[in-house]
Amino acid sequence: MLVHTALDRAEQVARHWVAGGCPVVIHVDRKVPRAIHDAFAARFADLPDVCFSPRHACEWGTWGIVAASQAAAEMMLARFPTVRHVYLSSGSCMPLRPVAELRRYLDARPTTDFIESATTADVPWTVGGLSEERFTLRFPFSWKRHRKLFDRYVDLQRKVGFRRRIPPGIVPHMGSQWWCLTRRTLSAILQDPDRKVYDRYFRKVWIPDESYFQTLSRLYAQSIESRSLTLSKFDFQGKPHIFYDDHLQLLRRSDCFVARKIWPQADLLYKTFLGDDAAAMKGTEPNPGKIDRIFAKAVERRTRGRPGLYMQSRFPRDNWENGVTSSPYSVFEGFTELFEDFEPWLARITGARVHGHLFAPHQVEFEGRQSTFNGALSDNALLRDYNGRAFLTNLIWNTRGERQCFQFGPGDSQFISWDIARDANAQISVISGAWAIPLFQSNRNFADLRTEAAMLQKIESEHLSALRSPWAKGRIRIWTLAEFVESPMEALQQVLDEVGIQEQRRLSEVPRMVDLTGFGQFLQNLKNQGMHPYLMGDFPVDPAPDNAQKPARKPYLVR
Amino acid sequence: MVADRTGQIGRNDILLFCTLRNEDVRLPYFLQYYRQLGVNHFLVVDNDSTDGGREYLAQQPDVSVWTTAHSYQKSRFGVDWLNWLQSRYGHDHWTLVVDPDEFFVYPFCDTRPIRALTDWLDASSIRSFGAMLLDMYPKGRIEETRYARAQDPLEIASWFDAGNYAITRNARFLNLWIQGGPRARAFFADKPKQAPALNKIPLVRWDRKYAYVSSTHMLLPRGLNLVYDEWGGEKASGVLLHTKFLNTLTLKAQEELERRQHYADSKEYKAYAAGLAGNTNLWCKWSEKYINWRQLEILGLMSKGNWA
Repeated sequence: MLVHTALDRAEQVARHWVAGGCPVVIHVDRKVPRAIHDAFAARFADLPDVCFSPRHACEWGTWGIVAASQAAAEMMLARFPTVRHVYLSSGSCMPLRPVAELRRYLDARPTTDFIESATTADVPWTVGGLSEERFTLRFPFSWKRHRKLFDRYVDLQRKVGFRRRIPPGIVPHMGSQWWCLTRRTLSAILQDPDRKVYDRYFRKVWIPDESYFQTLSRLYAQSIESRSLTLSKFDFQGKPHIFYDDHLQLLRRSDCFVARKIWPQADLLYKTFLGDDAAAMKGTEPNPGKIDRIFAKAVERRTRGRPGLYMQSRFPRDNWENGVTSSPYSVFEGFTELFEDFEPWLARITGARVHGHLFAPHQVEFEGRQSTFNGALSDNALLRDYNGRAFLTNLIWNTRGERQCFQFGPGDSQFISWDIARDANAQISVISGAWAIPLFQSNRNFADLRTEAAMLQKIESEHLSALRSPWAKGRIRIWTLAEFVESPMEALQQVLDEVGIQEQRRLSEVPRMVDLTGFGQFLQNLKNQGMHPYLMGDFPVDPAPDNAQKPARKPYLVR
Repeated sequence: MVADRTGQIGRNDILLFCTLRNEDVRLPYFLQYYRQLGVNHFLVVDNDSTDGGREYLAQQPDVSVWTTAHSYQKSRFGVDWLNWLQSRYGHDHWTLVVDPDEFFVYPFCDTRPIRALTDWLDASSIRSFGAMLLDMYPKGRIEETRYARAQDPLEIASWFDAGNYAITRNARFLNLWIQGGPRARAFFADKPKQAPALNKIPLVRWDRKYAYVSSTHMLLPRGLNLVYDEWGGEKASGVLLHTKFLNTLTLKAQEELERRQHYADSKEYKAYAAGLAGNTNLWCKWSEKYINWRQLEILGLMSKGNWA
C-alpha cells in the first residue's frame, strides 16, 4: 500500500485488509516527515501482519513510485511466504467488496495476473501527447515543477531525432499502475538477472509506474488478464477522478473489488464499505459500466461541451463553438412578402414554432407577438441589438427540442447575417428581391419608394454574398422572385421536406400568393427612374399600359 | 476592529470575506447557509451599520468584524477594504467573497461540502472558480413581500431568468462580461450597455499578490479571470443566487440614493427607485422557479465541467 497523505484513512483501510486475512506492507512517501512516519508506524504495533518498507520519494511520473513498489513487493514476498497474489494499492484506495470475496475470486484463478497491459499503439490515455515517445526520449526534468523545461527538452530531442534504445527482448506496454500479480510473476520480475538493465532503462522512461510492471509481466506471466481489479478513472488531464459520498449507490452496484480515489472526508463511504456490516455484493464479475459512462461524460463535457451553449464557463472562440447554435432552425426570407398568410400556414403544416421578423427594427416579433419568450427573452429591440448573436443563440438554446422558424429580410437588423450563414444548424431559404412586393403594394410617393428599394437591394445583396461565401455552412437555398413564382409548389415542397412536415407527404394546402399583376411594370418604372432592380431576376414585364382607354373591340371569328 | 478572532484561523481553513451595511435582518440565515457549506471563518467589514448587525456579528464565535465610517465609494465600493483583509489573512487560503444577499451554489453542493470543491480545485491546479450572479425575484410586487429575520430568502425570491444573458470578452482583463436577466429587462431595456455586470469570481485560492479590480468581477493577475474555456469545452462553475429583490430593497434604494455611494453615481439605485415606485413586478410568464443546482446546470447557467 503506497501512502502519502490522509494517514488516518490509510490506517483504517490497512486494518480492514488485515482483518480480512491479508498481510499488508506499507510504503510511506519519503516526503512525509520522519516524526509523522514513526508515529504512524507505531499505531500498527498491535498488528504483526503490517510492516513498513524502505522509503522512496514518490513524485508523480517518476521512478520513485516503481522503486517503492519494488521494495514493498520484495518485502511482502520475503516476509509472508504463504502469499500467492500481491495487490498493489494506495492509501486512497478502498475495498468495495468484502475481502473474503476477493480472496475467493483469486483462489479460483490461482495463476492469473491481473494487470492492464497494452502496447503503446493501442492506448488512448496519454497525457501531454506522449505515448510511444515515453519509451524513446529522456525526461530529466519534472513535468510538475519545470513544465517549460520538460516541454522544451522533448521538442529538442524530437528535432535532433534523438531516440533511446529499448533493451532487447521487451516490448513496451502500458496500463493502470494498480495491479494484482501472482508470486510467480512478481518474483520472476524482481529476480530477473537482467533487472539492472531494465531498471536503468525504465528509470528514465516517462511515467514508469504505468509501464514497468506492465511491460515486464509480459515476459513471465502464464495468463494475463489485461485489466485492473482497481476501479480507477482518469479525467482529461490524467488525474484520477475522486469518489464522494453521493457515489455510494454507484459504487455499490459496480461490483468492483477496489476503487480509487476516495475523498478522505467521504465519511459515509468509509463507514459503509469498511464497516462490519458491509454487505456482500451479488455479482461475481466487476461491472464498472455505469461509472465509466458518468466519467466519460464528464470528460466529454470538459473537452467538447454542450454545442450552442454560451455561458460563464463556456465561451468558445469563433469557429470553436462545435455548433454555432444548439439545434436546427429555419430562416425564411421573402416568404411573408410573397404569401399572404405564410406564418399561420407554416405553423399549421410543420407544427414548428413560427415567429415573425425576430430582427425587425422596432420590436422582436415573437410568435403571437408575445412580449417575452422562452428563457425570459425580451421583445425589446435595443436589448436584442445590444448582442444580436447572443439573442439568436439564446433563443435556439432556450427552445431545445422544438424547431424554430423565423422571417428575415433586408428591412431587419443585420447583425446576425454572418452568424446564420456560418451556422450548420441554419436552414435558410431566400426569395431574393421579394422585398419589392410591399413597395409595389404601397401607396407611397415613387421617389421614396425608389430610395428605399435601392437601400433594401444593397442590404440584401450584402447578405446574399455572406450566404454564398465559402464560409457559409448553413443549408441555403436562394431563388430569385422570378424563379420562385415560376414553380412555387416545387420550391415550397423542397423547403418543407427539410423542415419536416408533420402529416402529409405532398402539400395539399398551399398559402395564397399575393396578386402580382402589374409588378413587372412596377419594376420597369424603377428602371425608368434610373434604379436597377436585379435581385428579383428577370421578371416578366406586362405590356406597357396605354394611357388612352382602348375601345372595346368586337371579337371576330376566323372562318 | 470590533471582534478579532483571527487567531482561530487554521492553516487550511476556508475563509469568507464580506462587506456590508445595515443587513442585520439577513445575517442569521447568511451565517447559517455558509456554515453549513463548510466555511470555517467569516471576516466582515461593517460600513457603519446602525441596525445592530455589527453587535450581532461580534457575538458570533466564528466571525471577526472590522468597522469603518469611511466612504464606500472612495474605497472603490469596498474592494480596497477587502483586498487589504485578504492579503493580511487570506494568503494561501481558499477565500470566498460574497455579499450578505448572495448565496453560493456549486455542482453537488447539496451532497458535498465546499471543502470537496476546493480539494478538487487544488488537485486540478485551478486557482479561481467562477460563479455568475443570478438575480432572484418574487412572483408579484417586490414591496409586497415580507422577509422575516432568519428566513431563507429563496422561499420568497425563488424565480429567475433562465436564458437572456449576453456575454462579451473583456480584452483588457480577459474576463467575460455578462449582462442580462431581469434587471436588464426591466430597468435597462433602453440603455442595455449600462446594465449591471453579472460575471463574478468569488472563490479564489488567495495569494497576497492577488487583487480584485472591481467588486469580484475581475482579478489581477489576469490569468485568474480565465474561468471559462475557449475551445468548446466547459469548465466547472457555480452560481451566486442574488436575493436582493425583497421588500428590504425599497428602503435601501432610498437610503443609498441619498448617500450616493454606489457605482457610477448610483445609476442602478436610481433605476430601482424609479422602477420600484412604479410597483415593478419582475416576474413574467417565462420566469423559471428555482429547484436546485442540477436545474441550473441543465439550463446551462453553470456547469459541472469535468467534476463528476
